[in-house]
Amino acid sequence: MAAFILTINGREHKVDADPDMPLLWAIRDVVGLTGTKFGCGIAQCGACTVHIDGQPQRSCVLPISAVGEAKVTTIEGLDGTVAEAVKAAWVDIDVPQCGYCQSGQVMSAVGLLSETSNPTDEDIDAAMAGNICRCATYVRIRQAIKNAAGKVQG
Amino acid sequence: MNSKQIDEPANMVPTDRRAVLKGFGAIGAGLVLGVCLPVTGRIGQSGAAFAEEAGAAFTPNAFVRISPDNTVTVLIKHIEFGQGPFTGLSTLVAEELDADWAQMRAEAAPADGSKYKNLMFGVQGTGGSTAIANSYTQMREAGAKARAMLVAAAAQTWSVDVAGITVEKGVVKHAASGKSATFGELANAAKTIDVPTAVTLKKPEDFKIIGTDVPRMDSEAKSTGAAEFTIDFNKDGLLTVLVARSPVFGGFVKSFDDTEARKVSGVVDVRQIPTGVAVYAKSYWAASKGREALKVTWDESAAETRSSAEIETLYRDLAKVPGKVAAEKGTLDTAFKNSAKVIEAEYVFPFLAHAPMEPLDCAIEADSSKAEIWAGSQFPPLDQMAAAQVLMLRPEAVKVNTLFAGGSFGRRATPSGELAREAAECVKAIDRKYPVKLMRSREDDMTGGYYRPFTVHRLKASLDKDGNISGWDQTIATSSILAGTPFAFMVQGGIDPTAVEGASDSPYQLPSLRVSVHQQSTGVPPLWWRSVGHTHTGFAVETFLDELLAASGKDAVEGRLALLKADAREAGVLKAVAELAQWGRSLSDGHAMGVAVHQSFSSYVAQVAEVSLGEEGLPKVHKVWCAVDCGVAVNPNIVKAQMEGGIGYGLSAALFNAVTLDKGRIVETNFDTYRSLRINEMPDVEVTIVKSAEAPTGVGEPGVPPVAPAVANAWAKLTGKRVRRLPFAGRDA
Repeated sequence: MAAFILTINGREHKVDADPDMPLLWAIRDVVGLTGTKFGCGIAQCGACTVHIDGQPQRSCVLPISAVGEAKVTTIEGLDGTVAEAVKAAWVDIDVPQCGYCQSGQVMSAVGLLSETSNPTDEDIDAAMAGNICRCATYVRIRQAIKNAAGKVQG
Repeated sequence: MNSKQIDEPANMVPTDRRAVLKGFGAIGAGLVLGVCLPVTGRIGQSGAAFAEEAGAAFTPNAFVRISPDNTVTVLIKHIEFGQGPFTGLSTLVAEELDADWAQMRAEAAPADGSKYKNLMFGVQGTGGSTAIANSYTQMREAGAKARAMLVAAAAQTWSVDVAGITVEKGVVKHAASGKSATFGELANAAKTIDVPTAVTLKKPEDFKIIGTDVPRMDSEAKSTGAAEFTIDFNKDGLLTVLVARSPVFGGFVKSFDDTEARKVSGVVDVRQIPTGVAVYAKSYWAASKGREALKVTWDESAAETRSSAEIETLYRDLAKVPGKVAAEKGTLDTAFKNSAKVIEAEYVFPFLAHAPMEPLDCAIEADSSKAEIWAGSQFPPLDQMAAAQVLMLRPEAVKVNTLFAGGSFGRRATPSGELAREAAECVKAIDRKYPVKLMRSREDDMTGGYYRPFTVHRLKASLDKDGNISGWDQTIATSSILAGTPFAFMVQGGIDPTAVEGASDSPYQLPSLRVSVHQQSTGVPPLWWRSVGHTHTGFAVETFLDELLAASGKDAVEGRLALLKADAREAGVLKAVAELAQWGRSLSDGHAMGVAVHQSFSSYVAQVAEVSLGEEGLPKVHKVWCAVDCGVAVNPNIVKAQMEGGIGYGLSAALFNAVTLDKGRIVETNFDTYRSLRINEMPDVEVTIVKSAEAPTGVGEPGVPPVAPAVANAWAKLTGKRVRRLPFAGRDA
């Protein structure tokens, strides 16, 4: 056990845990934010995607000892023009079905649009291929990203 | 994906900062427990809110609650794991109530078979694409009765005749007197009105909300991380439990050593339960590390230890001779004797895991007199019964709260209630001292049993001298899903209908046909997997028929239409999809189209797939056109979403998925080996809904069966090779 200070959604949290505890479980079981989901534990499905200093990362394989002072953002702490546009686009065309993977999908989509304001289909594939949706809402995810890009660009 | 290096490890936080932060360590600890995010907006879980508000609200029946704040809450008897019952059932009520959609709310109904049973099952439960179909009249009546009572209350309050009262968008009006009131304003007065015995329901042409794309009620909560799933459930003192289970089906614990496991920080206890060894901990991670540190010796003497190849041989041998006859007409012998050509094929289908995104989980709390479950329960009374048996309680002493579930595809509908049973064993084994949340890792989920059964079909057909199909002989070898379950009563004449559905009820008008089945169980637990028997019968029938039509030079669409009755709904969707895809047009070089049509759960779906040769020797599916006839489409947008999702789910399995056994051990344990379709592999999808005034039928499953045969039929055109083994990946192995 060791004590770590994690900056999550702009707040510092003291986490007493094993250094190898993945960030995912620190976020869920210690800090108590449950929007970030567990799907595979091996960085294959993307349900656990958070932003580390603004970059989408799989929190299920990132030990808390490796987080350092990086700023962690979860779905609960997502804000700004791009994030609001993405969430609104998701709701607007009813992207979610079961909804379990969608936090991770939204995190990846916000990451994409923060870097690439007008993504091509190839950009979308590259940014989103790490996020599995077993309900296969992919057609709508693609559309929602394009709609959000249009909104942000005005 | 996770490789970004973080330069400064957290354990190097300067000591002065640590000191500063010590102060709110206590707050941090507080956050560990009892954090329960509010659910956004219009949806709720079963339980507290309803009971609290019931006193002030008007509750004309078990499904509708109208509050003084003018909200209308519908209690939804079906679990919401993506197919839209929260929105759909609320739509049915809102329609007959003439409510304003903005005032509608939805909440999961509690476990109570007397009020909330599935009218098609006779027990409370979700499955078989029945949510809308069985609720269509019931929910509309619930809405219509509530409306009648509100109108009567208004008439009484205003001393006017009911005949002059109209209701529109949640407002009750009496034009002659100029009076009007909201539902909320009338709620109190409506409580004293007698429930009408009969109501007249609207005609489909008068629908205002049914048939429109009202937005899903759960979209916002599910787009913001606010939706609460079982994995998110927490309460004071709750422990997370992981169970070490036998690596083979039918094995059990011989002995175990938990010395090292108990040393893991955060592990609270270790106990043996009937299905293995349970590790109780303060976090998932601690439970996981504790379980890794366990040393368990398993008794595998009575276990299933065969490999997939041996099971395949078993079923292939069985399928060589006819089994129990499920359907028979004409005289096959004559057909084959007089045939100009005989074509035979053998199809092999693997075990499939459901792999819902949320690995299975179930929370439970119990004391000596009662228990409470929080889970994505697909059959609440069966889970209630299973837990009650374990805990020696009356079933009604077990309260089941149905939460959102992160997918199911059939996996959460275990007739045995195995998950609730195991959770109950876990809470019992620690003397009911703590609430527990039984979780499963992805590996647990994948290896824990309950798969679409391994299945072999043998097909033999004769063509007469004119190229017409004269005989069709189909033998299926699989294991029965229903045998030994509370649903065994559905097995008729020794035949499990889920083994032959989609083949024995073929719509094609053939002069002679026999469909027979061998049902041979193995130690591998079988279960329904999104569209059940249709997952294999649809493929075998639609690819073999395609081959026969091609052998006699017939067009795949025209040839099918010629075999269907003119008024068959299969013909309707087939024509619609051919038009949508512009079947027969010229395509890009290296592209081909394939078609398939299949009825399942009384809904009719035809699909056309445009395919080229992709990477890894696999088909690249560019686009799928889909036509669906599901009767009245209560919410066309959700119907389309289910077709899109069914296509993606079916395609994922067809291209990539097989669960294989190596000496009884599951080989594919996570998404690295059980590959799931990703966004770059998802085809474009275009859906058309065939207009119908028939009562609605389901859409959760029927989108699945046609996609694999449509792709395989396109693949045969492209490559000349008929696909006889799924998945595409590794089929030559």
